[in-house]
Amino acid sequence: MTLQQEAVRSTAIQRISTGRRIKDHLVRGLVYLAFALAVVPLVSVLWLVISNGMARFDLEFLTHSMRGIGARDAGGGAYHAIIGTLEQVLLASLISVPIGLFTAIYLVEYGSGGRLSRAISFFVDVMTGVPSVVAGLFVLAFWILVLGMPYSGWAGAMALSVLMMPTVVRSAEEMLRLVPNDLREASYALGVPKWRTIVKVVLPTAFTGIVTGVMLAIARVAGETAPLLLTVFFTDSINNNPFSGPQMGLPLYVFDQAGRPNDTAIDRAWTGALTLILIVMLLNLAARLIAWWRAPAKGR
Amino acid sequence: MKYAGRLAAVAVAGALSLVACGTDDNTPAGSSGTASASASAAANDSGLSGTINAAGSSAQANAIDEWKKGFQVANPEASINYQPSGSGAGIQAFIQGTVAFAGSDSALNEEKGEPEQADARCQTGKAINIPMVTGPVAVVYNLPGVDGLQLTPKVLAGIFNSKITTWDDAAIKADNPDAELPSTPIQAFHRSDESGTSDNFTKFLKATAESDWPHEPGKAWPADAKGQGAKGSDGIASSVKDTEGSISYVEMSYAENSGLQTAKVANGSGEFVELTADSAAKTVETAEVKGSGNDLKLSIDYNTKTPGAYPIVLVTYEITCEKGLPAEEVELVKSFLTYTASDEGQAALKDLGYAPLSGEMLTKVRTAIEAIS
Amino acid sequence: MAIETTTRGGGPATRRSASRRTYGEGLFRYVSTGAGITLLGIMAAIAVFLIAEAIPALQANKGSFFTDLIWDPNGSQVFGIGALAFGTVLSSMIAIFIATPIAVGVALFISHYAPRRLAGPLGYLIDLLAAVPSVVYGLWGLAFLVPVLREPSQWLNDTFGWFPLFAGEGAIGGKTMLAGGVVLAIMILPIIAAIAREIFLQVPKTNEEAALALGATRWEVIRMAVLPFGRPGVISAAMLGLGRAMGETIAVALIFPATFDITFRILTPHGNSIAANIANGFGEATPIGRGALIASGLVLFVITLLVNMAARMIINRRKEFSGADS
Repeated sequence: MTLQQEAVRSTAIQRISTGRRIKDHLVRGLVYLAFALAVVPLVSVLWLVISNGMARFDLEFLTHSMRGIGARDAGGGAYHAIIGTLEQVLLASLISVPIGLFTAIYLVEYGSGGRLSRAISFFVDVMTGVPSVVAGLFVLAFWILVLGMPYSGWAGAMALSVLMMPTVVRSAEEMLRLVPNDLREASYALGVPKWRTIVKVVLPTAFTGIVTGVMLAIARVAGETAPLLLTVFFTDSINNNPFSGPQMGLPLYVFDQAGRPNDTAIDRAWTGALTLILIVMLLNLAARLIAWWRAPAKGR
Repeated sequence: MKYAGRLAAVAVAGALSLVACGTDDNTPAGSSGTASASASAAANDSGLSGTINAAGSSAQANAIDEWKKGFQVANPEASINYQPSGSGAGIQAFIQGTVAFAGSDSALNEEKGEPEQADARCQTGKAINIPMVTGPVAVVYNLPGVDGLQLTPKVLAGIFNSKITTWDDAAIKADNPDAELPSTPIQAFHRSDESGTSDNFTKFLKATAESDWPHEPGKAWPADAKGQGAKGSDGIASSVKDTEGSISYVEMSYAENSGLQTAKVANGSGEFVELTADSAAKTVETAEVKGSGNDLKLSIDYNTKTPGAYPIVLVTYEITCEKGLPAEEVELVKSFLTYTASDEGQAALKDLGYAPLSGEMLTKVRTAIEAIS
Repeated sequence: MAIETTTRGGGPATRRSASRRTYGEGLFRYVSTGAGITLLGIMAAIAVFLIAEAIPALQANKGSFFTDLIWDPNGSQVFGIGALAFGTVLSSMIAIFIATPIAVGVALFISHYAPRRLAGPLGYLIDLLAAVPSVVYGLWGLAFLVPVLREPSQWLNDTFGWFPLFAGEGAIGGKTMLAGGVVLAIMILPIIAAIAREIFLQVPKTNEEAALALGATRWEVIRMAVLPFGRPGVISAAMLGLGRAMGETIAVALIFPATFDITFRILTPHGNSIAANIANGFGEATPIGRGALIASGLVLFVITLLVNMAARMIINRRKEFSGADS
């Protein structure tokens, strides 16, 4: 029977065999289950943080530092830690996003498997596994001990950027690789130079993915304690200058307050954790809005 | 990307407004300021300024917080940053020169060459250990229905060395004839991170029950003694609270705050003593000064026979340079330590569960601080 | 218009004036290469620093670095990474084993099964998991997960005790490898899920429509068009997650009971990892101790590298769906 006859015969949608239908339903069930499984710990963690953290989540907490708070006193807040974290994460992003993005561009567009790009890939692979404390140790040994610079938010930002870079490079690389070659070739065929192709065609196409990768990196380092311990040291008072003098960071604040034997401190620790999660999510939201706004139209 | 400029402007404006809206002022109007604090602020207008960094023992973190509060009220321009990262971390930071003084639960250790390294940091002078805070180490456990457990050092050593493995062991029964001990396995917790509390506890076990505790005392728990680790004093407290049949050692304020059951420990005369700030103070009074000159390194008599003395205590030293601190740090360090050793400073300790220094020891401490220059 | 074409590979045809082309092109290429070299320089500097710090400690080691099951560089100066490396690999394997299938499922859900308008917010919800700081995961693990896992661990031990993984006498449950592995899995889930989601959303519509035109069910479309396309990317994402799991410091330091033995019994309170050991010891360490910890960090790098190399070999065998030139 010819194809044409077959097509004319079955105007109804082709029947699916039972086996295939069962598999389809099974997979659908598994996928829904997977999502539910992912949501359960999220709800549990958020529940724990919110229920413990709401007690002290007030304006005083957000605008006061810990200066002058005695051992068992209630009151005080995390303002100094919030400013510290925002400054440190911002500086770390300013270092790692340009370097990481351009490295990914190099690896995908210019590298073509040469020795340099293989060496870079090798080192990025190794650095994805670096424990956060080692990044801190490196900056401590090099910047603070050898060069004699003081503890500062900048030193912390450097340690955090070391942790961010591999994630940014790897995820940007993946996203750039996904851009179809046709787009590039069409652009070249129009006589557009390579660099403009990258800037105007490749990057915008991969934009949402790259933003996701950067947000993942930021979310990770915003919550890192160990590098901060070694580089920004510790302080109770507000320090708006990230380039000189010890600062405080929210994860450090949470870690410190959680370890105290006072209920007032433990309350503050949970509220600090809640604040940190909120900050990261707000940044994430802002990034998503920007990505959605600037992304080229897609036929999704 | 022409919107980038506008976005950046908005972001910068937002950031500037954020920077403007915080405050360091947590005093009287805000939280629990006291009348004495504001009085001393009015009376004392020496108003030192500057910042010093310090690091060390977490056992004295509460004490330092109270002292910082009092000191910073009297000297609003001064800032003391104390990082409670652990005794060893504090000593390392002090040797490296990144902090002005270190708080440590153990004095500088000769075997590790710490006194020499610290002296090198002090250049012209010597590094001295000044005892400032003494605190009891509680033996905490979780056995519902069994309160006031009585334990001798010998039994403690056996438990923590993983030789006594169930709660209804004959050795424990012998000291607690009235208690109903279940047959649950004993889960002994120790500090997984290196800690001055571990150091003092192992020193106690070694001094009082050497035959049952063959390990060298130290900040790191000996791996051969087995048991489970928990990170930080807070980790110990929460592990014991959550695990039935567990036992551990932790600084008293953590035991109190978590509402854990504490055991009575037998001192050198066999008397089972309950854990209080006073019973700990009795043991500290019998301590011997082993250092020379202004170095007040103490040797605690864990086998003390003083009636009513609780034998497991911890002394936290402030380690600094007698001479040789950088000029900008000397005045602040001296002034702060003078405050902590003052009557007002030591009185604040009692409410926090520490034992204040007194008598001859206190005089020696004050003399040592005077010598800092 | 005269169009000049060049036969050199990778170069675009251009009709701009030579100087303008070279300026923009050269600058951009220079910046990209420069960034790559800077990154390389930073990473190499870190590697050199670590090796320099580790060597004195390794020389001072009075025991065997690879086989001793004890860690006391500050006291008796005997330390060995056997137990630590084992624990690192075991806990990371548990984490990847649990997280990857669930992450792929979540990514498929968001990209192919969920209603279109909900896809964005649902993705955001999963990204929330990444926003939680690691210290909070450690505290949550202790406060919530450890008690919750006690009974299931007991049940597993009673029913499947013959299987080496679930065997064990004495204390079951509590601060175990399983609890640590589960917490790690939750921490790396959002990384793998987010990247996989982006990849699955980028599958060329033509491939999917071709499969649909052949009468495929949704699962078959995924099996034929989406998964093969996404495999290299998902493996890459899993490697990022694995790296994170192996390097996670604070959360595991709070959960692992820091014992120094090698055992497969994930239901018993045993286990430690290299990163957790560093977190526990770096504060107090003498220079030798610090060098020893850094040496253990180097071992961690080697492990990460080996795993990544294996993954890249798998990826490179499947290059037909890759988009760009290389």
